Amino acid sequence: MCVKRVPAVGAEILLTADGLAVDTRHLGFTIGPHEECAVEEAVRIAERTGGSAGVLTVGAPETEEQLRYAMSMGADHAVRVDAAAADGDPEATAAAITGALRDLPPYDLVLFGAASADAGHAQVGLRVACALRRPVVGGVKGIDPGPGHVSLRREVGGGVEVHEAPLPAVVTVLEGLNLPRYPTIKGRLRAKKAPIRVLPAAPPAGGLRTRRLRHRPEARAETIVLGRGAEAAPAVVDVLADLGVVR
Amino acid sequence: MVLAVVERDGRGSLSAASGEVLGTARELAERLGVAVAAVAVGEAGDLPDDLAKQGVGRLHLLAHELLDGGGPARLGEALAGLVATLAPAAVLGADEPGVTDAMAWAATMVGAPLATACTEVRPGDDAWEVTRERSGGILLEDAVLAGPVRFCTLRPGGPAPSETAAAAEVTVDVVVPELDTTLPHATLVERRERSAGMSLATAPVVVAGGRGVGSAGGYAVLEELAGLVGGVVGCSRVATNNGWRPHSDQVGLTGTRISPDLYVACGISGATQHWVGCMNARSILAVNTDPEAPMVTRATWAVIGDVHTVLPAVVAEIRERSRRR
Ligand SMILES: Cc1cc2nc3c(=O)[nH]c(=O)nc-3n(C[C@H](O)[C@H](O)[C@H](O)COP(=O)(O)OP(=O)(O)OC[C@H]3O[C@@H](n4cnc5c(N)ncnc54)[C@H](O)[C@@H]3O)c2cc1C
Ligand SMILES: Nc1ncnc2c1ncn2[C@@H]1O[C@H](COP(=O)(O)O)[C@@H](O)[C@H]1O
Repeated sequence: MCVKRVPAVGAEILLTADGLAVDTRHLGFTIGPHEECAVEEAVRIAERTGGSAGVLTVGAPETEEQLRYAMSMGADHAVRVDAAAADGDPEATAAAITGALRDLPPYDLVLFGAASADAGHAQVGLRVACALRRPVVGGVKGIDPGPGHVSLRREVGGGVEVHEAPLPAVVTVLEGLNLPRYPTIKGRLRAKKAPIRVLPAAPPAGGLRTRRLRHRPEARAETIVLGRGAEAAPAVVDVLADLGVVR
Repeated sequence: MVLAVVERDGRGSLSAASGEVLGTARELAERLGVAVAAVAVGEAGDLPDDLAKQGVGRLHLLAHELLDGGGPARLGEALAGLVATLAPAAVLGADEPGVTDAMAWAATMVGAPLATACTEVRPGDDAWEVTRERSGGILLEDAVLAGPVRFCTLRPGGPAPSETAAAAEVTVDVVVPELDTTLPHATLVERRERSAGMSLATAPVVVAGGRGVGSAGGYAVLEELAGLVGGVVGCSRVATNNGWRPHSDQVGLTGTRISPDLYVACGISGATQHWVGCMNARSILAVNTDPEAPMVTRATWAVIGDVHTVLPAVVAEIRERSRRR
């Protein structure tokens, strides 16, 4: 599975002075929820089938923190594809991952998040599948591997679709696929000492370049405080009546 | 030419999202002095009539048995073939998973960039500029899009589609794409309808609970209130992670993004990843013990207090008033 190091932003997001990135001086880092589910699923499938689960990230040495997190959840081995930043343009990120997957021992299933939590380009998994000529299903909420193939469930509009793909296959997953475990102390200790393989990469830059990040202009509401505790109930119901949701 | 990827809705008409895509495509095409063409898969349905009203003169209909249930790879491959033939300046589609996935595949095949979640596309001589949403839309990113063809998916809310007088005759051009049948591919084997009912995405009122609700059982009063106001229950990721609610109830970046008339946020702090899911609500009522919680300061109305006392009192008041009437 492929995971991306992203800042764990709180209720306000500060930007760097040049406006090119989120100011992360006072922030921790994490992986996106879709990817957390991908890690959990890969670990479960490996446990069930007697296989092994590997985790890969593209980024600078500090991104190994996220690889170790995935290993503390149960991933067996980890690869970092060396790049200046985790938040590269999606073509370059996909090329770096594609190159690494060509060099690494073969995987039956490569899992991606449907979208990264910060940039949300929603395309790296598809690009890798296309470059590797692998079957792909996007936005998956259920994975059931069988011999030589995998059954994949996705939710669309008002229904559910089941797709079947021959292995090796690429899947992009959505949060809700499973309930990810919290790493155990034992898992954390094991992950701390586990080796991480580092692969070089020099993908050509793609055609999407960030010029500036900015805040969306927000219509600030003047909050009307209806009251405190149970005493506010009549005022609340007046509001609900004005809105026409209760009579 | 600007190529717009369009879809039919359940009744065979141009979908609302596709209508918006055509609106942006027309604006772009006017500025570039080129035509707009549309591309769709399968049956024409009402598309030719609907496109005529939008002043679009040509519809390319991709027809191939492998496209039905073939997923993003097949559609992407077909789209890449069409792009190679038509050489459009840009390919625009709705920011929806099926379309985005196919466009990502197509863009990879033709070696072009793809900008997703765009709110604006500004053509230039060579490099174009786009504004796209990041982090679920709390941030905007201005970016340069340079490539032989510009693939963009568009967030809802672009220029409203206006019917033009130039109701041209629509030429329907059926294209049988050349697909690489040696490519291993996924196949759709089953499609089930889910039980229809009010969904989180479409409910007019959503009563959502977060950590402040405290337990799975604590949602009973939210269910009750939701029932009284004709709404459904939602939740924050803390509730999902604790197993209090199913993920299908989660509002936010990695849950559902909603735009109800009223959002009632109970014991939810308003972290950005949650906020992007509810910021398009017409109005927000926050119930929180902390008057400084971001959800409170951004809400239309707030009650400062414990959900466990406020909500039962509200439910009792509604019941009492309906008895009195
Ligand atoms: C990449 C990423 C994606 C994410 N995606 C999502 C997402 O899609 N949706 C989502 O919701 N979160 C998401 N999160 C998590 C998000 O950052 C927050 O952790 C989460 O939204 C917090 O949930 P909460 O408001 O319920 O809990 P908290 O932040 O802990 O807030 C609890 C609130 O309840 C109040 N409170 C406590 N007790 C009571 C009481 N008895 N009565 C009234 N009020 C009380 C507190 O004052 C506080 O304001 C994501 C995080 C990351 C990193
Ligand atoms: N720097 C990265 N390293 C590893 N995987 C990545 C990286 N960036 C994106 N991905 C993967 O690609 C998915 C989609 O990312 P994106 O196209 O940016 O939305 C993510 O959920 C990850 O699984």
